[in-house]
Amino acid sequence: MKIKILGPGCPKCKMLAANVQEAVSKMGIDAEISKVENIDEIMKYGVMVTPGLVVDEVVKSAGKVLSVEEIKKIIS
Amino acid sequence: MEERCLCQPSEALVFACSGGSNVGQIANQAAIELDKSGIGRMFCLAGIGGHIAGMVESTKVGKIIVALDGCPVACAKNTLEHLNFRIDIYLDVTELGIEKLHEFELAKEDVSRVVDKVVERLKSLTMVK
Repeated sequence: MKIKILGPGCPKCKMLAANVQEAVSKMGIDAEISKVENIDEIMKYGVMVTPGLVVDEVVKSAGKVLSVEEIKKIIS
Repeated sequence: MEERCLCQPSEALVFACSGGSNVGQIANQAAIELDKSGIGRMFCLAGIGGHIAGMVESTKVGKIIVALDGCPVACAKNTLEHLNFRIDIYLDVTELGIEKLHEFELAKEDVSRVVDKVVERLKSLTMVK
């Protein structure tokens, strides 16, 4: 599974990244987590409000700092 | 290029019909002017119609949704409602007495009238809220 956090690096993006990391650790799944910080690259996903969460190239959310539990539901 | 933060959802997201007529293009140009002046943020109506996940998800966090249609066919309104988005401010350009024609020479005054009407409705909406 490939998970991308879209965001230029502001606190909300960092919070989402931390929650994603925690969710993946708790679930014990094999996932590659990366950040996309370039706004032009972010907009290629159609995301116009960050942070965005992309799982296997599908946008799952935008503009929200999802909780660990919410992330677990998305990636399970 | 200056780095921008996109983490603050705009107050008003503006979707315009941009159809094949003068009024569709007036709606589109008004959306551009609203974006350029910082009053709202122009979003992609086609992205909603195309069910583009990033655009649909981005729209879900908008505080105020503005739909600008050129005429009573109401493509922008229907496209947004198709995905159950609640429209807070709606304007059909022909409401302002501008006739729908298949021509594309837009009068700046017509675009300004649409912008002014949206601003007026935004003010009354935010006063109520």
